[in-house]
Amino acid sequence: MKPVAFDYAPAETLAGALAALAAPGAKPLSGGQSLAPTMNLRLVRPATLVDVKPLPGLRDALETPTGLRLGAAITHAEIEDGAVPDVTCGFLAHVARGIAYRAVRNRGTIGGSLCHADPAADWPSCMAALNATMIVAGQGGERRIPAREWMRAPFVTALAAGEILLAVEIPRLPPGSRWGYAKINRKVGEFAKALGVALPGVLLAGAIEGPPALLGSLDDLPPGLDAQHRQLAAVAVTRAAAMRDAA
Amino acid sequence: MSRQGVGAPVLRKEDGRFLRGRGRYVGDIAFPGMREVAFLRSPVAHGIIRAITKPQGYEAQVFTWADLEGVQPIRAPSSLPGFRKSDQYPLAHGRVRQVGEPIAMVMAATRAEAEDIAEMIGLDIEELPAATDMLAHRAGPPIHENWPDNVVLHTLVDDDISDVAAPIVVRRQLRTARQHMAPMEGRGVVVRWDERMEQLEMHSSSQMVHVTKTGLAECLGLPEAAVRIIAPDVGGGFGYKGILLQEEVAMGWLARRLGGTALRWIEDRREALSAQANCREHHYDIAVHADHDGRILAIDCEAHVDSGAYSAYPFSACLEAAQVASILPGPYVVPRYRCRTWSVATNKAPILPYRGVARTGVCYALETTLDAVARQAGISPVELRLRNLPGPEAMPYINITNKIFDSGDYPEALRRAADAVDAAGFPARQAAARAEGRLIGLGFAVFCEQGAHGTSVYHGWGIPFVPGAEAAQVRLTPDGGLEVRVGVQNHGQGMETTLAQVAHELLGMPLDRIRIIHGDTALTPYSTGTWGSRSAVMAGGAVGDACALLRERVLAIGAHLLQAEHVEYRDGAIHAGAASVPVAEIARIFHRAPQQLPPEMQTQSLEVTLGHKTVRDTGTFSYAAHAVEAEVDAATGQVKLRRYLIVEDGGVLLNPLVADGQVLGGAAQGIGTALYEEMPFDTAGQPLASTFVDYLLPGAGEVPDIEILHMETPSPISRFGQKGIGESGAIGPPAAIVNAINDAIAHLGREVTDIPATPERILAALA
Repeated sequence: MKPVAFDYAPAETLAGALAALAAPGAKPLSGGQSLAPTMNLRLVRPATLVDVKPLPGLRDALETPTGLRLGAAITHAEIEDGAVPDVTCGFLAHVARGIAYRAVRNRGTIGGSLCHADPAADWPSCMAALNATMIVAGQGGERRIPAREWMRAPFVTALAAGEILLAVEIPRLPPGSRWGYAKINRKVGEFAKALGVALPGVLLAGAIEGPPALLGSLDDLPPGLDAQHRQLAAVAVTRAAAMRDAA
Repeated sequence: MSRQGVGAPVLRKEDGRFLRGRGRYVGDIAFPGMREVAFLRSPVAHGIIRAITKPQGYEAQVFTWADLEGVQPIRAPSSLPGFRKSDQYPLAHGRVRQVGEPIAMVMAATRAEAEDIAEMIGLDIEELPAATDMLAHRAGPPIHENWPDNVVLHTLVDDDISDVAAPIVVRRQLRTARQHMAPMEGRGVVVRWDERMEQLEMHSSSQMVHVTKTGLAECLGLPEAAVRIIAPDVGGGFGYKGILLQEEVAMGWLARRLGGTALRWIEDRREALSAQANCREHHYDIAVHADHDGRILAIDCEAHVDSGAYSAYPFSACLEAAQVASILPGPYVVPRYRCRTWSVATNKAPILPYRGVARTGVCYALETTLDAVARQAGISPVELRLRNLPGPEAMPYINITNKIFDSGDYPEALRRAADAVDAAGFPARQAAARAEGRLIGLGFAVFCEQGAHGTSVYHGWGIPFVPGAEAAQVRLTPDGGLEVRVGVQNHGQGMETTLAQVAHELLGMPLDRIRIIHGDTALTPYSTGTWGSRSAVMAGGAVGDACALLRERVLAIGAHLLQAEHVEYRDGAIHAGAASVPVAEIARIFHRAPQQLPPEMQTQSLEVTLGHKTVRDTGTFSYAAHAVEAEVDAATGQVKLRRYLIVEDGGVLLNPLVADGQVLGGAAQGIGTALYEEMPFDTAGQPLASTFVDYLLPGAGEVPDIEILHMETPSPISRFGQKGIGESGAIGPPAAIVNAINDAIAHLGREVTDIPATPERILAALA
């Protein structure tokens, strides 16, 4: 299937992009790896795609005293390949390597994935586990949103209509930190049935058909989960913790 | 044997263009002013069409059945007694009977515009209850108005086995999922009316251009000479392209009417997945009766095949069930056999024969049940099979359904597989793994594959297009090169190489001077095309026969030119003692200086067309043993294939590399059938996997390195001893993999019965 006709508007300035997004039917475009297929299926019919990738800073990865500021249009492949500074002892590169397959990683961006907020995707869970912060711009200026408050529901985020995700600030893990990541899926690169993230002092369950859940223990899995999801989430978290804690 | 001839592991001639992106597929073909076509397809599985309203202003671009004057519906009646006929209209007429059935054809400058217009068409359909389950809906309500129920055909091999008193009776109810074949290239059609030739010129991604041409001419009321079908490079067939398409008929009608404007339709994944999940859905209620030693005394089976809504041309709605009844006893010695089959019409896509056809399901049913027999008899699955396979001394072996297993050593194939994976040492490894909390299992499947079977077999299965002899045309060109024309289609099998190797074997010119021409009804001998694991045997035999006759004629000319009585054909030249004349010189003289030859030699054309049949048309029987070691993750239900080994006897291999490629590709598809691929439907008949997010195909990460060991027992009935193995790889994996899974969990008293063996099904079995 082919998409319904739409206009393509590459952004030049932040003010211009915000103005363009205020128009009815406008939608931001980043890597397009989820948006384009849904447009092809005609499930989404934007009047205008505002391409945010050219915006100043969206393709920058800056190491800061406290960590890393990743522009929203940095691709999964760039993270996988080590083209951005490593402040997580290799954790981000490991996660990126398991996202979909290489063709998707070449184009798909971290910001696009976070804004799409598929609960089965990797980044919303990992950013929450890392306690990252989203930097968002709107007509009223910039604001900061903790990653742990980002996903409200499947495909729903704290991003307000007309806002643009500019970057995500990732705190540095102490040198030598160990981490664990377990993704349960039916085939390589497929969306997860369950995710487990284990960082120093952090356990998190993701891909649980809703926002990721920080856990003190396995007993903290959200009560609404059906038995099979609960089992898979418990397995994922247990395996992530085992990977982190392995000698 | 020469280095490039039969049996040589030469690299494929066609790969250069494929690897460099120089292949040319239907989607690469364009004509000036070409219009794009989109189809409005039924959103419901079953309903009465009350009204179709063309959008205002676009009436001339939208076509329904009412517009298709003079067009006949597609009919593929089986000749088997009791078969219920159905008409498949190119665009829906009166009723729709599956989601995705084409209702209207839209033409526009671009595909997107055609889809825009299709969205605007008004559609008033009164929805009817859908028949979605072949068991529950066999009795009705009927989906065809004049039928009493939904039984397309009922067959019975009626041996009353009630007198069989077996100490072991194992009965299983097993189900295989409906699948979509998913060739890398989907279907596609580019068609125009050629004014000069007064001919419909259709480019279609087909594996049987001549059969398509015949069917299309019938439906459009055109003489066959007014239809030309061209299949350029075809990116995978598997049976998906062995069909006359509704789209081909509708677009052929429109192209004829337009006069010269070309039309293009390229199937997209969504329409493929939602409208064309068309294979593999079987249900078995099978009982194996055995003695204490595990010897089979009888097999009793009731099988259902979900045939979908119509009878697809040319293979019909009941080929698969007819095949089930005749091949269910597998490769074994089975003294008594009773089998009842039903082909059941449902509101799904019409069934097409997918690589392996009924064999994959049958092998799954019998082989998994045999493992249960082995468990009950307390013997190993290998030992049980060895006790029931016919030995080499029994060959040719005629089995209970009168299949003639032509040659081979079936027990040896299994022994080699068992030795290669150290089956004897496996129980100890399994116990050690269990001690670590891991579940591993070893599974086997043994089967034979009837291939290249011909007239008598397909006549017996009732299909409306019975294959006869396969023809090849060979032409020695004036420069000493060879052109070979065949009616079969190369859509990945490497035939541009293997058939050239056959010609080289007889005529000696290097492979790069031999060109295989196929995929065009105007250029090639009539043929039923590529299907049924027949091309290496049938087209290979035909090329061999035609080249042999050409060789005789070349020899005769050589003898004349050398003025010798005794001549020898060697290294691309004719020799008489120390004198010789190159074949290229003979070609030059024949075509360009015939005055040097006597008149009777001038009329012996160096262009030969010959038909070929095997010694018997009952088919070659390749066979194989698959061995799988699998690990089951009890926490997630996931299965990891730790080892996959195949012992295969394809007779004399025309090219071992090509044979390996065939087996590997098939095995990858079989792994899909075993573990991943499934098109679920809801009770309204809606397919629930319309993208590859939901319809999982195995990828590189899911297919292990597959080891292949060859046995090469020549077939006594084929030209070079070769056997058809095109489907073999896809037959064994579901049986072998599920046997491995069951071996891993049998000590818990658990078993998997339905495929694909998804994590959900495995967790349910373990729960």
